[in-house]
Amino acid sequence: MHFFVILKTLVKNLFSKPATVKFPFEPREYPEGSRGQVVIDTSTCIFCGLCQRKCPTAAITVVRAEKKWSIKRMQCISCGACVDACPKNSLKLDTKYYTPDVTKKEDTYNA
Amino acid sequence: MEGKKRTIIPFGPQHPVLPEPIHLDLVLEDEKIVEAIPSIGFIHRGLEKLVEKKDFIEYVYVAERICGICSFIHGMTYCIAVEEIMKLNIPQRAHFLRVIWSELSRLHSHLLWLGLMADAFGFESLFMQSWRLRERILDIIEETTGGRVIFGSSKVGGVRRDISREKMQEIVRRLKVFEKEIKELSNVFIKDASVQHRLCGVGVVSKEQAYALGAVGPTARGSGIASDMRKLGYAAYKEIAFEPIIESTGDSYARCLVRIKELFQSIDIIAQAAEKMVDGPIDIKVSGTPDGEFFARSEQPRGEAVYYIKANGTKFLDRVRVRTPTFANIAPLLKILPGASLADVPILILTIDPCISCTER
Repeated sequence: MHFFVILKTLVKNLFSKPATVKFPFEPREYPEGSRGQVVIDTSTCIFCGLCQRKCPTAAITVVRAEKKWSIKRMQCISCGACVDACPKNSLKLDTKYYTPDVTKKEDTYNA
Repeated sequence: MEGKKRTIIPFGPQHPVLPEPIHLDLVLEDEKIVEAIPSIGFIHRGLEKLVEKKDFIEYVYVAERICGICSFIHGMTYCIAVEEIMKLNIPQRAHFLRVIWSELSRLHSHLLWLGLMADAFGFESLFMQSWRLRERILDIIEETTGGRVIFGSSKVGGVRRDISREKMQEIVRRLKVFEKEIKELSNVFIKDASVQHRLCGVGVVSKEQAYALGAVGPTARGSGIASDMRKLGYAAYKEIAFEPIIESTGDSYARCLVRIKELFQSIDIIAQAAEKMVDGPIDIKVSGTPDGEFFARSEQPRGEAVYYIKANGTKFLDRVRVRTPTFANIAPLLKILPGASLADVPILILTIDPCISCTER
């Protein structure tokens, strides 16, 4: 019969740094390649609409005539299908996540 | 029945020990359970029906979201089924990457389960320690796939991301260190008297019962049935040497031991896969549409998952049917509940590692 087998681990934990990050005060480091939010470079975008067609959640809307690219951030699942589809590499996945919100906003970008 | 008064206690769908909603009507005589009547369907999302709206390439994202814990294996099994229908020859490197990510998700799922189990029998510091270690695996997953829970790295025709040779060696090195730490953690589960007191001899399923009730995964292996779908050799498992882990006692402790040993087995499989991995492309171009039907089976952390896919030659599939491991394990659960005391119910429900969100889809 063994008792208090965890004691060694507990004592070690007592004298070591916490495993968690004190988040709002200490920034969270995102690793390279983390799938955060989609960012667009409108200077190179040709508004072809491929990203809109490839988006599995229909979060992206492209209006070619008005040169308007908009994304419903809450609907986006950060899968990166649009980034893979973009012929001009105007779309990128940022490592930072979209900030939480209480309303479903749509971000619009114009050329 | 003379003199014994029966009480019905509703258990769930909201309960502190349940991470997901399952409802059981427990019929009790004093403290002993005589019958358990389950009802599921609280979080049905209609994901199988969604296949009519999303084309077969987009549906990978839906398949990954069937379960939040074994998401990668769900997506992978779906991809394997579609690839078999379309007779695609996937590059060998993609197969190995699939094995590595499958095992990483098994590691994090089992550590999650160990934590939940510790929480269920009231061992808070063990729970914290398990989840603390699980965080390391999540970090590796995030570095390689970009997501912590939803990997998003499966696709029809291969995988979407590659792991460089240096990164792979680094992961194997980190897992070696990690192995020592889970050894320390598993010692508590294996040796500690308080853990044994709550798990040993509780919820026994005999080998015959487990077979007759169709138990899968660690529930079956804990009862001595060597059923492990990885032995079918999907992805690159046919090139990896491993044996299914079995325990013979069939109680909660045996199921716990199976999962602990699988942690070490997964680390070993990742090391083997990293060594045997060949260079080359990670995906092939998919053209055309699937036509035909296929049954794909895979071993998830919770047991065997079956995907049935029927395609009709258009880009929209006719039918996707998923048999999830938890669904198969509910029958053994109902067998082990009668005779147990009410205080053991949370532990017994957790020993099958219930994942209700994939059961109801």
